[in-house]
Amino acid sequence: MIELSELTKRYGGKTAVEGLTFAVRPGVVTGFLGPNGAGKSTTMRMILGLDRPTSGDVRIDGKRYDQLPEPLTYIGALLEARSVHPGRTAYHHLLCLAQSNGVPERRIGEVLDLVGLSGVARKRPKGFSLGMGQRLGIASALLGDPRILMFDEPVNGLDPEGIHWIRNLMKQLASDGRTVFVSSHLMSEMALTADHLVVIGQGRLLADTSMARFIEENSRPYVQVRSSDPERLRVSLADAGLRPVPQPDGGFEVEGVPAARVGEIAAANGLVLHELSRRQASLEEAFMRLTHGSVEYQAREG
Amino acid sequence: MAHTGWVLTSEWTKIRSVRSTLWTLAAALVVTVALGMLISFLVRQSYDDLSREERLTFDPTFISFAGTSLGQLAMIAFGILVVSNEYSTGMIRASLTAVPQRGVLMGAKLVIATALALLVGMLTSFLTFFLGQAMLGDHRTDLGEPGVLRAVFGGGLYMGLIALFAMGVTWMLRSPMLSFGVLIPFFFMISSILANVEATEKIGDYLPDQAGSRIMAVIDDGERPYGPWTGLLIMLAWVAASLLAGYVVLKRRDA
Repeated sequence: MIELSELTKRYGGKTAVEGLTFAVRPGVVTGFLGPNGAGKSTTMRMILGLDRPTSGDVRIDGKRYDQLPEPLTYIGALLEARSVHPGRTAYHHLLCLAQSNGVPERRIGEVLDLVGLSGVARKRPKGFSLGMGQRLGIASALLGDPRILMFDEPVNGLDPEGIHWIRNLMKQLASDGRTVFVSSHLMSEMALTADHLVVIGQGRLLADTSMARFIEENSRPYVQVRSSDPERLRVSLADAGLRPVPQPDGGFEVEGVPAARVGEIAAANGLVLHELSRRQASLEEAFMRLTHGSVEYQAREG
Repeated sequence: MAHTGWVLTSEWTKIRSVRSTLWTLAAALVVTVALGMLISFLVRQSYDDLSREERLTFDPTFISFAGTSLGQLAMIAFGILVVSNEYSTGMIRASLTAVPQRGVLMGAKLVIATALALLVGMLTSFLTFFLGQAMLGDHRTDLGEPGVLRAVFGGGLYMGLIALFAMGVTWMLRSPMLSFGVLIPFFFMISSILANVEATEKIGDYLPDQAGSRIMAVIDDGERPYGPWTGLLIMLAWVAASLLAGYVVLKRRDA
């Protein structure tokens, strides 16, 4: 369990993280979602004690990070930035980490096997691809067999096979009863892996909810309808007490009504329909609506 | 809390598993010994040209250590690389998540790296003395003469301390480029210029390398206001200051 309370980080006058309070629970994958620059990596670095909070507090199983007796056996982390010496072999990289926390040497072979790097254990990571580097980072995270795992943008730079592998790994770790906390700036990625969702924008908490509820609340269903006579369609729908929202292509979006009812209204008014379909707003759109206004670098429309 | 023995083992693994750092130690030995031999040989060839005064203060031990001025740069490079590697590669994030007690991490790294630097320093010092004396021929001295063993042993200490000083400065500056950019010109030029220009001589005498290298001289030429052990103490004060500054930066700043 990771608990953040009123966690705040300021760099000079700029606020990176502001009053974050939430808990990451065991047994589920918790997605940490936010646009680039929202403060996800900063938050994760503060959880690990790498960055000092300006105010507020982080607890891991009730303790401060530097109070954990052998931290690698409590929490394993894959950070976004590489944290490997390119001239030290994969084996020795894991060995020096294992030794510092009293992790038995045989565990190195196990984690290398698990991430599929046994063949390059004696190779220096300077020749590794992005995906192999990521796997070595994951091996380091799993080294101490920790109950809590934290991954910062783990799918970045991975090929489809690697992405598939890491999704399954995270689900598997959570089903073992571990705490899994994973950040991403892609809603679609989170929808596939996360059971719980923490959304931040410009360092502030925007949502802390289960994935199921987030989908239910945000993926509003609507009917898309298009006719050869848009104006008459609009009037007919309005007369029936509906609220058609005009679209740039001349069609309408109508919420809170089954498609069949829209068809019936059109037929009753003798209208020819060119399209009648049931749609759902994508989670990506929902995410963008949620974080709109809290995106640091925004492209101007028009 | 971090198990100090474990952290020491881990730092030993780190240091022995990266080739570039070990090469700098080898370079320190080879450069110091080779240059010391060459200069000792040249001095023997031109001994007859020396003035009476120069012959009176002729110090065969110190001459055999002539290579130290260049060899110490490799020792400084070792000190810089051992620490800056962590920052330039991002390894520091892995290291600090494994050992969040920053003082313990820093201490363990310093102990291992300094022990290694001292070991190589001692080896270098004794080798350069014996081979240098061999080159000096009739003008040589030996370990049994007064002050000579102190000078040779002190030469090893000097090499270890100069590496430790560089480590302290690098914990403070973090970047390898910045550390090289500050330390190498400082030891290669600025310190010797300050120490040899009359106006700044008094200041120059108290710089870490100038003060520390007094221990390698057997004959007191009377140019320094302190003896060999006081000189080494001045150097130790510099080392302590650099380590303290490095520790404060490590403790306070985000990694």
